Amino acid sequence: MDVVIWSRIQFAMTAAYHWLFVPLTLGLALVMAVMETLYVVKKDPFWKKTAQFWIKLFAINFAVGIATGIILEFEFGTNWSNYSWFVGDMFGAPLAIEGILAFFMEATFFAVMFFGWEKVSPKFHLASTWLTGIGATISAYWILVANGWMQNPVGTTFNPDTVRSEMASAAAFWEVVTNPVAVSKFFHSVTSGWVTGGVFVVGVSAWYLLKGREKHFALKSILVGGLVGLAGSAAVMLSGDASGIHAAEFQPMKLAAAEGLEDGGKGAAFTIVPGIKVPHMLSLLATHDWNGYVPGINDILRGYTDNDGNVIPSVADKMAMGRTALDALATYRANRDTNPEVAAAAKAVLNANVQYMGYGHLEKPEDVIPPVGVVFWAFRFMVGLGMLLALVLLLTVWFAWKGKLEGYRWLLWTAIWCIPLVYICGQSGWIVAEVGRQPWTIQGLLPVNVAISSLSAGAVKTTFFVFLAVFALFLVIEIRIMLRAIRKGPEVEPGNA
Amino acid sequence: MLSIWEFYRDGFRNMTWGRPLIWLILLKIFILFAILRLFFFKPAMRGLTDEQKSELVGAHLTEKTLSHTDTLTFN
Repeated sequence: MDVVIWSRIQFAMTAAYHWLFVPLTLGLALVMAVMETLYVVKKDPFWKKTAQFWIKLFAINFAVGIATGIILEFEFGTNWSNYSWFVGDMFGAPLAIEGILAFFMEATFFAVMFFGWEKVSPKFHLASTWLTGIGATISAYWILVANGWMQNPVGTTFNPDTVRSEMASAAAFWEVVTNPVAVSKFFHSVTSGWVTGGVFVVGVSAWYLLKGREKHFALKSILVGGLVGLAGSAAVMLSGDASGIHAAEFQPMKLAAAEGLEDGGKGAAFTIVPGIKVPHMLSLLATHDWNGYVPGINDILRGYTDNDGNVIPSVADKMAMGRTALDALATYRANRDTNPEVAAAAKAVLNANVQYMGYGHLEKPEDVIPPVGVVFWAFRFMVGLGMLLALVLLLTVWFAWKGKLEGYRWLLWTAIWCIPLVYICGQSGWIVAEVGRQPWTIQGLLPVNVAISSLSAGAVKTTFFVFLAVFALFLVIEIRIMLRAIRKGPEVEPGNA
Repeated sequence: MLSIWEFYRDGFRNMTWGRPLIWLILLKIFILFAILRLFFFKPAMRGLTDEQKSELVGAHLTEKTLSHTDTLTFN
């Protein structure tokens, strides 16, 4: 395997590892904030004890997850240095805002939440608990602004002198911040975190019920956690619908790969699994029109006319325009100091073709097709598991509400097994998003093989296995600490962190 | 300021189940920054000026297209 493949595997492993901790942080933050609100409103010490237990599990997850995202930034500088330089402010600004504003907000209020039970008033503590969760959510927003820009690079101007993407104005910054792909991705990711938090709380509580322990605590936790999870499931479906529309508009190849759609058309059918199709459903999901046109892989390769009447060039034509842009860039840079007229003409050619610049690096049109099988099945795992999780949450909440849950031991076992399943579901979603956009690091502008640093595959392989060992060690430590805390149960002494 | 200092000092001193988590965080930060960052993840363009970085990335971007330049004219 070459350096690009090893670097991609390493980055994928780091991102997947980071995403083990983030969704539980986002979801548990909401669950524990709701529980503490019940304590402050009802002045019932039961809710204080309940909130303290889930805050303890939140803290364990937070402690092991903290700084795992920083490793991604190490990899940007070492493995993806061309990319890091090329993205310039477009990536640096959102990450800097995330680091300065959201992280410090999260860290400050986390300390009050962690140490402050007996030091600050209940209302101030409650505000800190909410602000910890809000800080984590804002943090996620800025990260997803950066990721959304890679999927749909809006508000950018390519500067041939610096070879960087730049934000030309405040309006461009606003365009980046409100990028529709970032917005839908944010809601989809954060609310999937609520599902993770809900499923985790319900699963752990189900274990107590199966053990005949902490019955009142477990049933109340299931009601709060289950309702948060169900709210998350509903929001995930709505934001998933928006993500589908945006994929159709900005990344049609990703959508075609997720559907395994070789030849598209009007009134396109949705494939549930190979051989079982729902007529017109794909058109409805992708365009909100029963007969909307959805391009397949071959249509994208050949070129097509979209639903607004825009003629989308073939990939071969885009490659030609991309090569023109790259040649113009080379000519501009070679002549800018010695021959201003040639440089100005080259710059005009570059600007006219810059949106297809990345295509100039491709060797053949088929290079734009991502691994279809991986994306197709990851999408089905994500949707299928998401529906299963919503059903299990609905049933557990319903039977807990009716006071009959303990009689359904199969459902309690299912709720426990849903904990690993919710992680598989979330990881599948990211596989669809990230494998589906291959070969691009930045859609249409920079393919992975040009984004890479000049490194040897051996060096990346070494760091990959070092990371694997370190990550595995910390994951084992987290699971052990978490299981010990769960076995001990909700007996937290007030005032002690 | 003093009360903030005391808040953190007392918080750390009175920790029970949280103490191993703090050690875990410190250990991880040490591994990340003092070992991985220092020995395994050196920035590929460290030491270069911005101009040199532009030249390097510009060369990487355009090197594959040099064969096409003779087919185009820009004046």
